Amino acid sequence: MSAVMVEEGMKGAPLLSVRGVETFYGKIQALRGIDIDVYEGEIVTMIGANGAGKSTLMMTICGNPQARNGQVIYRGEDITRLPTHTIMAKSIAQSPEGRRIFGRMTVMENLQMGALLQDEAYFDDDLRQVFELFPRLRERQGQRGGTLSGGEQQMLAIGRALMSRPRLLLLDEPSLGLAPLIVKQIFDAIRELNQSQGLTVFLVEQNAFHALRLAHRGYVMVNGAITMSGTGRELLAREEVRSAYLEGGAH
Amino acid sequence: MSSFDPTADTTPEGAERQDEERRRAAQGEPPFVEAATPESRLAGSLREAAITAGIVAAITLFFFAFRTEIAIGGLELTVRWPVWLSWIAIAFVGRFLLSFFLYRADRTKASGAAKGARGAAAVGLGKVLAVVFLLIALTLPILLDTLFPSQNRYILDLAILILTYVMLGWGLNIVVGLAGLLDLGYVAFYAVGAYSFALLSQNFGLGFWVCLPMAGLFAALWGLMLGFPVLRLRGDYLAIVTLAFGEIIRVVLLNWADFTGGPNGLLGIPKPTLFGLEFSRGEGSFSDYFGLDYSPIQRFVFLYYIILALALLTNFITLRLRKLPVGRAWEALREDEIACRSLGINTTNVKLTAFATGAMFGGFAGSFFATRQGFISPESFTFMESAIILAIVVLGGLGSQVGVVIASVVMIGGIEMLRNLGVLTDFFGPSFDPTQYRMLFFGLAMVLIMVWKPRGLVSSRSPSAIYKEKKKIGADMVAQGEGH
Repeated sequence: MSAVMVEEGMKGAPLLSVRGVETFYGKIQALRGIDIDVYEGEIVTMIGANGAGKSTLMMTICGNPQARNGQVIYRGEDITRLPTHTIMAKSIAQSPEGRRIFGRMTVMENLQMGALLQDEAYFDDDLRQVFELFPRLRERQGQRGGTLSGGEQQMLAIGRALMSRPRLLLLDEPSLGLAPLIVKQIFDAIRELNQSQGLTVFLVEQNAFHALRLAHRGYVMVNGAITMSGTGRELLAREEVRSAYLEGGAH
Repeated sequence: MSSFDPTADTTPEGAERQDEERRRAAQGEPPFVEAATPESRLAGSLREAAITAGIVAAITLFFFAFRTEIAIGGLELTVRWPVWLSWIAIAFVGRFLLSFFLYRADRTKASGAAKGARGAAAVGLGKVLAVVFLLIALTLPILLDTLFPSQNRYILDLAILILTYVMLGWGLNIVVGLAGLLDLGYVAFYAVGAYSFALLSQNFGLGFWVCLPMAGLFAALWGLMLGFPVLRLRGDYLAIVTLAFGEIIRVVLLNWADFTGGPNGLLGIPKPTLFGLEFSRGEGSFSDYFGLDYSPIQRFVFLYYIILALALLTNFITLRLRKLPVGRAWEALREDEIACRSLGINTTNVKLTAFATGAMFGGFAGSFFATRQGFISPESFTFMESAIILAIVVLGGLGSQVGVVIASVVMIGGIEMLRNLGVLTDFFGPSFDPTQYRMLFFGLAMVLIMVWKPRGLVSSRSPSAIYKEKKKIGADMVAQGEGH
């Protein structure tokens, strides 16, 4: 089924396309010419070890830091040099690394913050959908964000991102620090969003096994460069990927 | 250890039994055993108070009861039993009250559900307090007239001062409490407002009501001017720059003598009028128009109601803004700037609106200050003022509107009350001048409040958005260091 979707998606122009992006932190080069494409309706994952530059790529797409060379193109528009808040207002939503929910605000207020730039008319519908996706958030809606468990906070971070009605959802390590059962719940929710609403997802993950099983296509990043790419199944089957990222992670 | 038997500990059981025995002998009565008949709270409190009084009596005997002074032919001993006894009495009563009302109550306090109920009660209390404050504030001139006719003017003047600080506190609360931008130079906007009004009235002959909005606008403009260079700063760095900004404004006012009058300040700032009616004697005055007898108190009552209206306006606008996107963005900015940007919020605009809005209210308060005093000079706008306003916001509980009112009454009213504490001279001798120690008491009060309530007097925050039922976030959930 994934192969069908990939082929369908491949036909049009990519929703998000990163071309030869190089990002520096001062003199240190973090990304060495990255090329990736994300097509409408796909789940694309980027796996790699700590410090490979996955999160830097995610942040570069969001414009903070900006790429020194190369281009980030979203729906045909060059967004490389736009400020973060302008990029995020273009139907792109992000669940940032470390979740970054608003700790002293309630769950409800957090969700409201996500919908801040959106037409208020959609608010009730969107809220209902988020609550259907993550029923725990409905139970916890009056609770302060900082008092939620890690899994609930991740759900809230994704829910908050969804409240802006995105076409492209960027997720930075949603499985970080969560129990396997919760990780499964979250990945099921992402799959559900993709299948029922056709939401395009770009997922940065260290949890290679779950990420590659979920994703239609995947990229492997090593030291700021893409070393492998292919469908999720292909990558899962490859010996280099198995030995580098899946030893001990596949059970 | 007399029962020590060298043969018994050769077997494990024997050793264990001996060990147990030894331990029992060392311990005596097991500790932490509840008294079979718990003494009544009154008796217990009295006992604790008596112990405290005894300790105080012993410690202070030589400090308070006896005093030696150098006299001709040696030292002269004076005995001051009343001073000593009054300190003992203070210790006794203080300890009794603490034991009776605070400590004992704590022991029976349940956790969990009871805590939540207490949080809810605190919310209810906050609402009740707000209504009570408002009613008192609205009827204060009438209350004073009936209750303390002799001190009418003095208390009314104090109330005006307190309300000025309430308004300043509410203005700064937007910047520090809601948006989380630590501003140590808030007094600069107060100064801009005051000087705007004074200069406009002197150079163009404009009245208070025309200048009031203009002063607010000028202050907001300066808020923006401060905002731009500090956009990228946060926390300590922001605090330093705003501190410098406050000083720059003051130093400019001090040195630009041609324009601002320099250290001599500006004199003859017009008083506010009620639709053109002046509060003075003679033709066309307020009392003449309404056929009343002239009394200087009328002008004070009028000033009082102006600052009350301005303060309430500040409060109303802040409360409304909190429920609008810009207000929510302020609060989100305080929580996490990066998350804000990732939600598409333009943090630049959010910061600038916070600075400008806060500064505008500071400007309003400043022009009120100018018209009340009739005279302004840079001396009124020192760093000390910024510190007091910030202290009011922090002690009241960052972001809490009622907290600011309580803190203003306690801090400003408290400082003022210290002037009248002639009682203290009985203890410290006739040379003791309570006004000189005001700042000491001020500092002590701040330390005590921070020890007792580290998150400020009103540390609970009511959510701005409610879906089905209103829930309150108690202070116990807003733990120190979380939510950053």
